[in-house]
Amino acid sequence: MSGQSSSHSSNEPSAADASGPAVGASKGLVNLVHLYPREMSIYGDLGNVRCLAGRIRRHGYDVRVWDHHPGSTLPDEPHLFMGGGGQDSGQGRVEEDLAAIADRLRGLATDGVPMLMICGMYQLFGNAFITVEGQELPGLGILDVTTRGNAKRMIGGLVVDTEWGQVVGFENHSGSTVLAPGQAPLGRVLAGNGNNGSDGTEGARTDNVVGCYLHGPALPANPPLADALIAAAAEHATGRPFEPGELDDTLADEARTRQIARLLKTAKAS
Amino acid sequence: MLRTTAAVIAGKAARVAARLRGGGSAMPGLVAERVDPAFLTHALGRVPGGVVVVSGTNGKTTTTKMLAAIVAAHGRRVFTNPTGSNFTRGVISSMLGEIPLSGRLDADVAVLELDEWHALQFAKVVTPTHALLLNVARDQLDRFAEIDTTAKLLASLAEQTRDGVVLNRDDSFVARIDGSLGEGVAVRWFGIDPVVADDLPPLHEADARFSDELAVPDAGADDGLLHPHDARSFSVHFGGDEVGPLELKQRGLAAMINATAATTMARMVLGSAFSARTALTALQAVTPPFGRGEVIDAGGQPLELVLVKNPAGFTVALGTYGAEPVATMVAINDDYADGQDVSWLYDVSFESLREKGVALTSGIRGYDMALRLSYDDVPVGGVELDLERALDRLLAEHPDEPRRIFCTYTAMMRLRRLLAARYGLANFGEEASA
Repeated sequence: MSGQSSSHSSNEPSAADASGPAVGASKGLVNLVHLYPREMSIYGDLGNVRCLAGRIRRHGYDVRVWDHHPGSTLPDEPHLFMGGGGQDSGQGRVEEDLAAIADRLRGLATDGVPMLMICGMYQLFGNAFITVEGQELPGLGILDVTTRGNAKRMIGGLVVDTEWGQVVGFENHSGSTVLAPGQAPLGRVLAGNGNNGSDGTEGARTDNVVGCYLHGPALPANPPLADALIAAAAEHATGRPFEPGELDDTLADEARTRQIARLLKTAKAS
Repeated sequence: MLRTTAAVIAGKAARVAARLRGGGSAMPGLVAERVDPAFLTHALGRVPGGVVVVSGTNGKTTTTKMLAAIVAAHGRRVFTNPTGSNFTRGVISSMLGEIPLSGRLDADVAVLELDEWHALQFAKVVTPTHALLLNVARDQLDRFAEIDTTAKLLASLAEQTRDGVVLNRDDSFVARIDGSLGEGVAVRWFGIDPVVADDLPPLHEADARFSDELAVPDAGADDGLLHPHDARSFSVHFGGDEVGPLELKQRGLAAMINATAATTMARMVLGSAFSARTALTALQAVTPPFGRGEVIDAGGQPLELVLVKNPAGFTVALGTYGAEPVATMVAINDDYADGQDVSWLYDVSFESLREKGVALTSGIRGYDMALRLSYDDVPVGGVELDLERALDRLLAEHPDEPRRIFCTYTAMMRLRRLLAARYGLANFGEEASA
């Protein structure tokens, strides 16, 4: 692992990069790319980056966080991507850059590089976003989903049953997303709206690329999902199987199970 | 007229009932509004010195209190809504105590804090003469959906303002409103003196809507610039004039900025009657509003209640208070008034609390807060979700040192009531007599 350090002057180390204890000898370096932290990271998406960076370190790996802004260069060997939700104006601001790095992202996704895309970036990773007025904005096509602008905004707690157990978050989106036949969802909605509020699916998953509407932010309260992404990234970075450390997830488990219990109770009552 | 009188009577009766129950309710306002929908128009329509609306995400309550104090110190009779009741019904509720049966408010100037959404509802029935627009930050996105939406609400309010607006030159969401005002509306600015701005932490959200950098005009003689001298003392500069140096009873940079905003608006409203000396004396005497840096004597040691409700506010609060480590509790609720989404906690850096640690986290989302702190390696002494038990524990385990509680709105209200009952403080909504 070399060559990533100072040559990309347009990339800046992120705030999420700064702290955390080193845990013994490093098992390897993971390059984590945060796509558009300025334009596409409201609703606490920075928390997912903080969580990934913190957990990677606690698992005994080194991590470098790359803030990718419009116009900057991606690192040579990215191992993990995180993209968040933005406002409509922010989405407009990143489209050009996203088109410029689209081929690279598609290639990395095919190679199995893990990516977590939430809300606005999830929509842009799909085939298209069709506005309320009927205008079609093309997406990257990495996930086989299509999103339509909707008059109704879907806001509230969201619980999803996934292969990593029950995952909890907070959704806040007006886009209504539909999966193409054959596209796997992230999971089934147990409380909240999910992709579109009608078919009971939430998110989409292809290989190691996950798109979803789970803010919250999703990862700190849902360590199994975070570790699944980290495992794939670590394997990609080192060429060896993931060697997890022993992490204490008591607080995350308490936060998650309590919030899930509250939301499921409300969902049953209504 | 008969209908207004009936509304005043019904509202006053409801107010007595609400106060017997413990007060602080918007219900009396609702009653009066039901009886006479034109109540507000009638009450405020002819206040001679103007109707000033204060809005924005952070600092409304403090700024409103400061502005009202400065104007009152100049001999004006001021009506204000001093309790943070920033919905239209809350405004009516606060009127009912002092309004005569005619329903026409007996005041020279009205200074009203209104939240972004209700400011617009208010402007539909009463045209504000002046608007002071503080800032736009991510807050209650579960209600407003986007930060851009909040910015639009404030721009519409400014468009409906008749005489003059005061805008924050450092917040580009607010500064851009300059371009959308009605004809003949005067604009004044407040902000941080550019000479010192670089030494201060970033206080405002990035405005990602436009690719061009916003150029704010150089400050004119009527624009107020904050010049901090040290952690407590500051001056507000207007061209060659100066209000200061002075110290507030409320600590921190946020309060200094609020004072700068309030002074700039007071100068606009008072015109040539404005006196720098009178403003200075008034500002120095203003006590912090409930729960906003308020210091309570709790059993011989101070207990500070600091309201936090969004990343910008929490970051500034930590910058103000974090440097003085004390026994700290963080109480996070997620009711409607708090914002139901607690994601924003991840947009705040808590590293300043690392050395001393946090004694307790509490509130409905107490575990989420403890989890958040763990990612900044801040040690947490314990989690006690119940606010009363948490307060007991904080007081019992830290009897001989100052204590501080950062809390969201509903957690603050509950804690303030518990503390009022224990230590004989004024009840919420009775601040004027305190």
